[in-house]
Amino acid sequence: MQKLLLLGDEAIAQAAIDAGLSAIYAYPGTPSTEINEYIYHSREAKEKGIISSWVANEKTAMEAALGVSYAGKRAMTAMKHVGLNVAADPFMNSAITGANGGLLFVACDDPSMHSSQNEQDSRCYGKFALLPILEPANQQEAYDMTRFAFDFSEKYGVPVLMRLTTRLAHSRAGVARSESREQNPLSLPANHRQFILLPVNARRQYKKLLGQFPEFERESEVSGFNSYEDGPDTRLGIIACGIAYNYLKENYPGGKVPHPLVKVGMYPCPKNHITRLYESCDEILVLEDGHPLIEELLRGMLSRGKSVHGRLDGFVPRDGELNPSIVAKALGFAEVPSVPVPDVVVGRPPSLCGGCPHIYTYNALNEALTEYAKGRVFSDIGCYTLGALEPFDAINTCVDMGASITMAKGAADVGLSPAVAVIGDSTFTHSGITGLLDCVNDGSNVKVLILDNATTAMTGGQPSAATGRIEAICKGLGVEDTHIIVLNPSPKYHEENLAIMKKELEYQGVSVIIPRRECIQTATKRKKSEIKAKKAEL
Amino acid sequence: MKKDIILAGVGGQGILSIAATIGMAAIKRGMYLKQSEVHGMSQRGGDVSSNLRISDEPVFSDLIPRGLADMIIAVEPMESLRHLPMLSPEGWLITNIKPYINIRNYPEIEKVLAELEKVPHHVALDADGIARDLGAAKSANMVILGAAAPFLSFSFEQLEDAIRSIFGRKGEEVIRINLEALKAGRDVAISSTRIQAG
Ligand SMILES: Cc1ncc(C[n+]2csc(CCOP(=O)(O)OP(=O)(O)O)c2C)c(N)n1
Ligand code: SF4
Repeated sequence: MQKLLLLGDEAIAQAAIDAGLSAIYAYPGTPSTEINEYIYHSREAKEKGIISSWVANEKTAMEAALGVSYAGKRAMTAMKHVGLNVAADPFMNSAITGANGGLLFVACDDPSMHSSQNEQDSRCYGKFALLPILEPANQQEAYDMTRFAFDFSEKYGVPVLMRLTTRLAHSRAGVARSESREQNPLSLPANHRQFILLPVNARRQYKKLLGQFPEFERESEVSGFNSYEDGPDTRLGIIACGIAYNYLKENYPGGKVPHPLVKVGMYPCPKNHITRLYESCDEILVLEDGHPLIEELLRGMLSRGKSVHGRLDGFVPRDGELNPSIVAKALGFAEVPSVPVPDVVVGRPPSLCGGCPHIYTYNALNEALTEYAKGRVFSDIGCYTLGALEPFDAINTCVDMGASITMAKGAADVGLSPAVAVIGDSTFTHSGITGLLDCVNDGSNVKVLILDNATTAMTGGQPSAATGRIEAICKGLGVEDTHIIVLNPSPKYHEENLAIMKKELEYQGVSVIIPRRECIQTATKRKKSEIKAKKAEL
Repeated sequence: MKKDIILAGVGGQGILSIAATIGMAAIKRGMYLKQSEVHGMSQRGGDVSSNLRISDEPVFSDLIPRGLADMIIAVEPMESLRHLPMLSPEGWLITNIKPYINIRNYPEIEKVLAELEKVPHHVALDADGIARDLGAAKSANMVILGAAAPFLSFSFEQLEDAIRSIFGRKGEEVIRINLEALKAGRDVAISSTRIQAG
């Protein structure tokens, strides 16, 4: 078959389609978004009847996938690393229930925080849950590992976690497909109590998982995704995980590393290869993107035994993603001379698109707040977070999805007034609803602005679960009708909007303002496709 | 053949079409390719860049090592300079000189151009102006690709063929305009580098 030119994300998606996937549920998040995007738009997936859905958040996505697995079919969810925090509850517990149909969780980590709040390493979660983890080094491995993951998951009846980082997720290369497989038929778990985590069952299930762990270790030792490559220079032995393997090879002509090398692509760590490396070499260098996971394991708390180099002793920087130049330095190679960035070059931060509805919301809000001291706006994550930058300087917090409403509540409850929350429509249905319910129940004095641009704009315009439902949701939660106010964030309504905001800022109680106008980018896309559809009709 | 190329510009300026065209030419020649792109935040008018690596041998790293890029191809002059540390001393910088000013503190363009002049091997051209004169204002990126063409080790026909494949779905007129833009860019590069050499 001809090779396809695919992003790492897309290779995973194509592999899942070929592996007989029945459903993927996901919430978007860079750098994972293209996995579900690919399946969502794939004609092949449509023809095969594969369900691809953007759902409210990562937790609902993972639980739906678990339900598909319960019913005997293959399922997947994909999320950015912090999404796994949101889904941590079903994640940890699905390790105890185990899987029925093949079940794959994909987490895309973002070391260097290209578009994230932190650079947590999802392998730590996998280790925590005692689940097998796959970490591809390249696009072809992303494809092959995905195929493998579903089979492995069914063989052992456990979910599998795949972890990749931004550079692989968003890099393209040729990928060869292998033969595709039919979907599973519906079939319920043989053990009808497998998914009932009452303590009596949970204890049994947990023991089962603990009993399986040595088998996972054995699988890792024989897996083709882990390997020992011998080399003559045993003064140093190298362990390279996932994409770090490429950065290492890049540093030697033809990729011929002179040192013994263990490539890690599957966890638990391949003890056989690592033992052999440790015994054959004087010192060890560990190259891993993200947390020094293997490095910590090797060093141990007491750091006795042979020297282990990596992020903990400064051979590799403690934070940020790896690249070939950082690895070169860790190997002791002389730095390649290069010129500095000229001083005339200034930063070019991203900014809100011209005409973006958020601009006019912030213009009105800033003006409405001029009579109060600064520091009263709790915001959230989305395009509107750019309100933190010049020329708006309009918000004071951005922590995790949903934290705007709940942080404003906490501050309001102890006396900050006014306390304003600014949250996007998609973020509101992701994690804002429960916080608003708390506000209503406690009678907290918060002003919540739900910026409804009818899409999940930040990640490229996926449908928003909130569209058409926000007023009904707020009403249902118990927000008073007269304090649910929709306005149009356009310059021509500025005075009107300003008056409404001023009035609501003075009100003591829960107030919801919904600035509503479609995102410029999605509106343009929608109009283009409408014109196309009309032309096709003619 | 092996070329490590940094593509640079501002979100929406079409650097990914340049990458796709070079990538298509490479694939058609049966070469290996890796192309890493920036998604997410940086698309709202921020700076964007892509690492494109093509080679007859398998490519390991998705990222180009610092100081070893063969070329920087940029559709914006200040953005071309942002990536200078990536360029090898023998490498070529090919850039548009038309600034894209969406920030308040954009430096004086004369200072930017003066920095460009210091780069030992460079081609700097007004791709926007050239594209406009051709009636193809949207094809400034293809003018830049044309200017890079003499340094890419593809035959010009191979690049033309790649453009036909990439823009095929958009119809004959789009292909024609892009081919013209490509040719205009190449002509500028050839005449200006000859002057430099003389
Ligand atoms: C737990 C978690 N999941 C996903 C993301 C990625 N993410 C950041 S903002 C955003 C979308 C926000 O959409 P919305 O609230 O509608 O705001 P808009 O961008 O449309 O203005 C997403 C998906 C994240 N940061 N954290
Ligand atoms: S993508 Fe949409 S919501 Fe985001 S800045 Fe642009 S117009 Fe605003």
